[in-house]
Amino acid sequence: MITPPNFPPPGSASDPPVVEVGHSRVRLLIARTRLALHSFRAGWSIFMESAIGVLSLVIIGIFAIMAVAHPILMLTIWDVDTYDPVTGYAFDQVDQPAAPSWRHPLGTDPLGRDVLSQLLWSTRSEFVLGITAALVTVAIATTVGAVSAYYGGLVDVFFMRLADLIIALPGISLLIVLSALFKLNLFYLALVIGILGGFGGTAIILKSQALSIKVKPYIEAATVAGGGHFHIIFVHIIPNLLPLSLLYMMFTVTSAIFAEAVLSFLGLLDLRMSWGIMIHTANTGGYLMGGTRYWWLVVPAGASITLLCSAFYLGGRALDEVVNPRLRRRHD
Amino acid sequence: MTASAASPVLKVVDLSLRYLTRGGEVKAVQDVNFELAQGEALGLVGESGCGKTSVANCLMRLLPDNAQLVAGQVFLDGQDILPLSEDQIREYRWQRIAMVFQAAMNALDPVYKVGQQVVEAIEAHGVEPTLSLARERVAGLFRMVGLDPALMDRYPHEFSGGMRQRAVIAMALSCDPRVIIADEPTTALDVIVQDRILRELKGIQQRLHMAIIYISHDIAVVAEVTDRIGVMYAGRLVEYGPTAAVFRAPLHPYTAALMGSFPSIAGEKRVLANLSGEPPNLIDPPSGCPFHPRCVHATDVCRQEIPPRVERDDQWADCWHPLEEVPSLQPAKAGGT
Amino acid sequence: MEANQAHTPPAAGDQLVSVSGLTRQFPVGRSLFRRATSFIHAVDDVSFQLNAGDSLGLVGESGCGKTTVGKLLVKLLEPTSGRITYRLPGLDVAEGPENVPLEASAINGRRLRAFRRQVQMIFQDPYESMNPRRTIYDTIAEPLAVQGMGTVLDRVDMVSEILMLVGLTPPATFLFRHPHELSGGQRQRVAIARALVVEPSFVVADEPTSMLDVSSRTGIMNLMQQLAHGLGIAYLYVTHDLAVARYMCHRIAVMYLGKIVELGETEELLRNPLHPYTRALLSAVPVPNPEYRRGPPSIVGDLTAPIDPPEGCRFYDRCPLATNHCRDNPHPAFEEKAPDHWVACYEV
Ligand SMILES: Nc1ncnc2c1ncn2[C@@H]1O[C@H](COP(=O)(O)OP(=O)(O)OP(=O)(O)O)[C@@H](O)[C@H]1O
Ligand SMILES: Nc1ncnc2c1ncn2[C@@H]1O[C@H](COP(=O)(O)OP(=O)(O)O)[C@@H](O)[C@H]1O
Ligand code: SF4
Ligand code: SF4
Ligand SMILES: [Mg+2]
Ligand SMILES: [Mg+2]
Repeated sequence: MITPPNFPPPGSASDPPVVEVGHSRVRLLIARTRLALHSFRAGWSIFMESAIGVLSLVIIGIFAIMAVAHPILMLTIWDVDTYDPVTGYAFDQVDQPAAPSWRHPLGTDPLGRDVLSQLLWSTRSEFVLGITAALVTVAIATTVGAVSAYYGGLVDVFFMRLADLIIALPGISLLIVLSALFKLNLFYLALVIGILGGFGGTAIILKSQALSIKVKPYIEAATVAGGGHFHIIFVHIIPNLLPLSLLYMMFTVTSAIFAEAVLSFLGLLDLRMSWGIMIHTANTGGYLMGGTRYWWLVVPAGASITLLCSAFYLGGRALDEVVNPRLRRRHD
Repeated sequence: MTASAASPVLKVVDLSLRYLTRGGEVKAVQDVNFELAQGEALGLVGESGCGKTSVANCLMRLLPDNAQLVAGQVFLDGQDILPLSEDQIREYRWQRIAMVFQAAMNALDPVYKVGQQVVEAIEAHGVEPTLSLARERVAGLFRMVGLDPALMDRYPHEFSGGMRQRAVIAMALSCDPRVIIADEPTTALDVIVQDRILRELKGIQQRLHMAIIYISHDIAVVAEVTDRIGVMYAGRLVEYGPTAAVFRAPLHPYTAALMGSFPSIAGEKRVLANLSGEPPNLIDPPSGCPFHPRCVHATDVCRQEIPPRVERDDQWADCWHPLEEVPSLQPAKAGGT
Repeated sequence: MEANQAHTPPAAGDQLVSVSGLTRQFPVGRSLFRRATSFIHAVDDVSFQLNAGDSLGLVGESGCGKTTVGKLLVKLLEPTSGRITYRLPGLDVAEGPENVPLEASAINGRRLRAFRRQVQMIFQDPYESMNPRRTIYDTIAEPLAVQGMGTVLDRVDMVSEILMLVGLTPPATFLFRHPHELSGGQRQRVAIARALVVEPSFVVADEPTSMLDVSSRTGIMNLMQQLAHGLGIAYLYVTHDLAVARYMCHRIAVMYLGKIVELGETEELLRNPLHPYTRALLSAVPVPNPEYRRGPPSIVGDLTAPIDPPEGCRFYDRCPLATNHCRDNPHPAFEEKAPDHWVACYEV
């Protein structure tokens, strides 16, 4: 059953601005910018209406502040010898790992390094990893989805069988094999996760969406207007896919951070420091066995992984409401 | 048909309905009055968005959550149904008054067989004591609306648009209602199917001596099948009267505009009158006569004050400058302008 | 509009489009591994001509193949067999003198671009025929942009001009709106603007008013007629309503299950319908006059999908005049039964 999307009723408060166009390129540009701002604001207000959207933004914001805080702290109050997340050593502590104290709010790890510094330092790489992987996934998946929906036939069969193959491979185990063979660093890990996601499940989802766009009369109208294949794919199909792509970007961030944590925990990645490595260090020292006694070795990193992953996931859900009018609560 | 002398089955008094929305209050129905006698057919016409479906929903007491009844009474067999509780109204709905919905596509559940859905409607109201009697009744209803009873065990998606519309009509007839409301029963169909559905509805209505309300934006569709016609604009009933009289000489300029804009195959080819503009926004309707921004006869008084009611025999309209009885307005037969 | 007139329009009366034996079938139940065994004969051996500045109405029940004919004419679909030839300005024919008509099958590559400038289509559903993410300006300027006509700023002017022409004034208030901010009638005006902005010689209009309210319907009908007349555009107007076709077209072709069964000058065809199906269609059109009494419906049953239709007249199972002759012989030939009035029926 087809439910029409419920657009705002005509004449409601969200009427777009009347845009006057004069004879100058600049004014045309201004007109477009105002329009883009307007639709951004409309989407933003829907996003902000959802509690989980706000919550996810707050959490992501806190982590972003943490990522920015690290270099500032290192330049101001933290000295490199003590606080460097990899090479530092807390000479002021007798026993390592040391419990949280005023100078080391989250204590130190078995090698005498400050846990808070590690946590903050890693936040930045988690962001870089997640966002790179997401961009790669979405760029690939959107193109693959649009192209195989539009051309169909053998192109479609090829990409879809490829996707099936990738889905059939157990993702984490594949990554484990790859990282054992190649010693992946952060960038290559992002690339691999991105490529697997992009040619895998995300491509299938975006393709089915692209298929429903391809049969819309406006695609035929564009053909009659004289638009070629390239024009139709990049001007009509992909822009209509982008909202869904954005959604899957959020979900990819979650899975990239999670994959990194697992691989680091297993000690398979060539990284200087990360949340996964923090837990790995605690584990190899046998500190996970000691119950909650050494909680500061595990809880900050574990909680960060959980929180950031869920924040991006929840953000995706909230975005879903903006993108997908059928999920929108009725506003009329 | 001179049924108006009999006591009305349905009487609507000063009905007003609002929808509460973010943008403000949508005044969807304002001060609507009409009555319907047994066996009579009323047509409710007007452009989309002028409140026809909202009136129908009031009569069925099927209102969305954001709807607010401001005033008015709806008497069904002398009983005001608006104050009734949801339990009480259920006895009236379908058994006294039934509705053929605007989108037949959505009125049928795609996962159940069509016959089954009608059978359930019958069982829910306890009209037939046993399942086999109910099924027999549905077979009879199918035959009545021109469907092969063998089609009872098919799914809605196996039906064409016209067949679905017939099935929905069968469902509306299932509990012997005294009043049927047909909301745009043929708008999505092509002319041949439309013609057959209208003929069928009219035949059934006359045979069973029911009262019926046809709702349409197409004034030609209701011309042949109704006794009376009500023209709605911006939530108000602006003209009301016997169909023949209204067609012969409309009083309200909006009625004339609706009629003039209709292409006809009968008679000489006329220039189609162009009704420019669109119906007003009902959150903030125009002052005075709501039709004034589009009316060719509008004057200052129209813009400022609510128009008075003018009557001619059985027919009335709300207008400051009602139209004279000019022969050029006769459509089709006389050739028109 | 006159300012950017790139070509001289063809003189009225010149043959513009000629269709002969046009057939299009759609396979039923085909998959990657299974070849189709039966076919929907959506358009079956259809022939007609259309002159420059002329208008032809294509009338018939839902599913009889009207849209398919339209799509074949604008090359959205390729025919299974049959020929379409065009004589369009600006489309040079390499292998002959100027007046050799151009075969549809020979139109591709650079010629297809020129063709898209000359032949346009207006779609049935104003709600779905526009990309919801693009502004009205983008939508109307699309043909100009993909064909590289004018600079960006020229296009703003051209689009503003055509918006005024289709009655969306002042254009500035519409240029940067999105389709969902317009009513159905306004959207259909935008669709007309998009089709006419390249100044075509031929437009296929596929039921442009069937999803609109009465009042906007008249507006759109009048607008199309004025513009087509003013700009000398020939059009094929697809509709299921004979009354609409009467107001829009010089000639009417009545279609039934993929076949044209009657074709003639509009008033002649309405006054003197020869084919039993045309009569049935006529008797079904509602008349806005309560005193008008129509005849009883002359046909029964529903239109079936034309999957592998049997020998014999296509209308046989619903025809009130049918005889055994109609069943046992092939579908009747299309013959001129009166001057310029063509019918395909044995009993006329
Ligand atoms: N792409 C397609 N694939 C398979 N069958 C098709 C396709 N397009 C059309 N058909 C079939 O061809 C026949 C004619 O379809 P067409 O759309 O031309 O009808 P129409 O006369 O325009 O109907 P309507 O008035 O409902 O628009 C129908 O039986 C339809 O189901
Ligand atoms: N549930 C609703 N909430 C808000 N406004 C509504 C609702 N239903 C209808 N309306 C508005 O009420 C007016 C009348 O609508 P409706 O009764 O559906 O008209 P019609 O049937 O004549 O097309 C319109 O302006 C419409 O947008
Ligand atoms: S009251 Fe005035 S504006 Fe309203 S319909 Fe009558 S003449 Fe027109
Ligand atoms: S040929 Fe025979 S069946 Fe066909 S339309 Fe004519 S009379 Fe009817
Ligand atoms: Mg309605
Ligand atoms: Mg069609």
